[in-house]
Amino acid sequence: MTDTPNLEKTPVRDKSRFAVAMESDFVYAFKRSPVAIVSCIVVLILVLSAVFAPLIATTNPFDPASLNLMNGFTAPMEPNAFTGDTFLLGTDDQGRDVFSTILYGMRISLFVGVAAVLFAMVLGITLGLISGYFGGWTETIIMRTADVQLTFPSILVAMLIFGIAKGITPVEYRDQMAIWVLILAIGLSDWVQFARVVRSATLVEKSKDYVAAARLIGRKPGAIMLRHILPNVLSPVLVIATISLALAIIAEATLSFLGVGAPPTQPSLGTLIRIGQGFLFSGEWWILLFPAVTLLALALSVNLLGDWLRDALNPRLR
Amino acid sequence: MDLVKVKNLSRSFDVSKPWLNRVIERQPKLFLKAVSEVDFDIAERSTYALVGESGSGKSTIGRMLVGLLTPSGGNVEIEGVDLAHETDAAKVSAVRADIQMIFQDPYASLNPRWRVRDIIVEPVLARGGETKGLAERLLEQVGLSAEDAGKFPHEFSGGQRQRICIARALSSEPRLIVCDEPTSALDVSVQAQVLNLMSDLKDSFGLTYLLISHDLTVVQHMADRIGVLYLGRLVEEADPDTLFSDPKHPYTQMLLEAAPRLDAFGREVVPPEGEIPNPIEPPKGCAFHPRCPFAVDRCRTERPDLRQIGTSRAACHLAE
Repeated sequence: MTDTPNLEKTPVRDKSRFAVAMESDFVYAFKRSPVAIVSCIVVLILVLSAVFAPLIATTNPFDPASLNLMNGFTAPMEPNAFTGDTFLLGTDDQGRDVFSTILYGMRISLFVGVAAVLFAMVLGITLGLISGYFGGWTETIIMRTADVQLTFPSILVAMLIFGIAKGITPVEYRDQMAIWVLILAIGLSDWVQFARVVRSATLVEKSKDYVAAARLIGRKPGAIMLRHILPNVLSPVLVIATISLALAIIAEATLSFLGVGAPPTQPSLGTLIRIGQGFLFSGEWWILLFPAVTLLALALSVNLLGDWLRDALNPRLR
Repeated sequence: MDLVKVKNLSRSFDVSKPWLNRVIERQPKLFLKAVSEVDFDIAERSTYALVGESGSGKSTIGRMLVGLLTPSGGNVEIEGVDLAHETDAAKVSAVRADIQMIFQDPYASLNPRWRVRDIIVEPVLARGGETKGLAERLLEQVGLSAEDAGKFPHEFSGGQRQRICIARALSSEPRLIVCDEPTSALDVSVQAQVLNLMSDLKDSFGLTYLLISHDLTVVQHMADRIGVLYLGRLVEEADPDTLFSDPKHPYTQMLLEAAPRLDAFGREVVPPEGEIPNPIEPPKGCAFHPRCPFAVDRCRTERPDLRQIGTSRAACHLAE
């Protein structure tokens, strides 16, 4: 051994992991950003109320037994002329409580959004890793496909996929399958972002010597991509996933608004807005306004959070 | 006995423009010959050093030896097995287990998301070996402490990281370690520590080193045999004493002249003349003739072969 003792040892940590995490730059940046704090709170409230919708909602809008047609078109915070019931955000034409439908609708919107982003993420990361690592023809085929898909608006791609999938599913399953088809359509229209970012990060990582060290001991490409490269390309993916989530929620709402998304039996926020806009000019503004405001708050705060995350994780922007 | 036999080894890289540009601009394919017809043997338990300027093909040879690059001509035999052409997978994997590499940049050669323990045992794990307590034992052998196994690479300095790289290289109990400029990214004070560690480990583990370096003092200190590369060709090969006292090739003489020396402060340093030529279109005859002060007409037309001169080998028409 060398005779010089090892003088540069790092001091032993006596703090818990939580205490260390609370002192990190990331948490510091979070505490200093009012936008991040507010949007985080809004997202948390909305997500939690969607998750615990059965506990919060006053009625179950999917249970016909709990509905009273006499309660139809009740304005917010006004007692109904016939039954005397009061509703926080009013009711729609069938007497469904708007507040409850929003909570249940948000569940579907969030579920479709998260599932679509996860699907796009898995697909995009896989194809991005493969094209970045192998290069050559594999890369050319994958990335040119991605480029071609980028030239079409993603909503158009989603509608196309949705239409084809609907065409090949049997009629009796259409309503059940609608949600899954929606996830597939939005996911397939969104993988390009992930694939491009992961590919470029993979190109950087694969030229580093730790990958060479893994190759020379005979590790297979699959193991190198998953265990060595993937952990190092994940942080930009996290940022894109957050921003994509906002876009996926809006895409779902757009499709549902156009009538090709979630069926009226499982209304998402977009379906609720479509139903509501029919009553806008007859004076029942609340059926449209409240779902629309919820969608706006959800998409905007997720997006702002994503923007902040991008800035916080990118040291060059500080 | 020779552990490594390098025969007529060549490697060229395709540096052509994309196909469409070549068709439009009517240009032929361009190849860069990084290594041409290199021959040398490395005896078991010895240190063979390759020296040369940037772009002389040192690292390319190292990477071909460990199997990261495939030769475009000639072959490398390690323990009698030619890794690039051997078809028996069991033989290849047995030989691969005996080869390891230490890289130049200790910041890029450790995966930043992995704990030191996992990094060190990875070569053993790849072959399904027993890894319990291995990382801790190796860390102590390279002069770090066993507690460091749970840390991440960013918690270490450059010299400490290079020790971790050495520990990783040792974990699969290799016979040959290719060291690609292992100290050039380190502080001068730390360089000596790492080099001393390497020579200690060589004795205790019975290792054979291929040391790639551009630092002549490092090479003089470590090597048993030195090969000097110029533009992808071996121009001289000798043991350190002969090479430093009686360099045969004018290029080696020029390198030794240009090397900084502590005992010669204030001396007039003659900078080497000229640049290393473009390897895509190497000069005809001896590749060194445009920079050589002794060049004669024969040097411009006929390429000199590597000749045995005393105990050294040199590729120069005029050397004797």
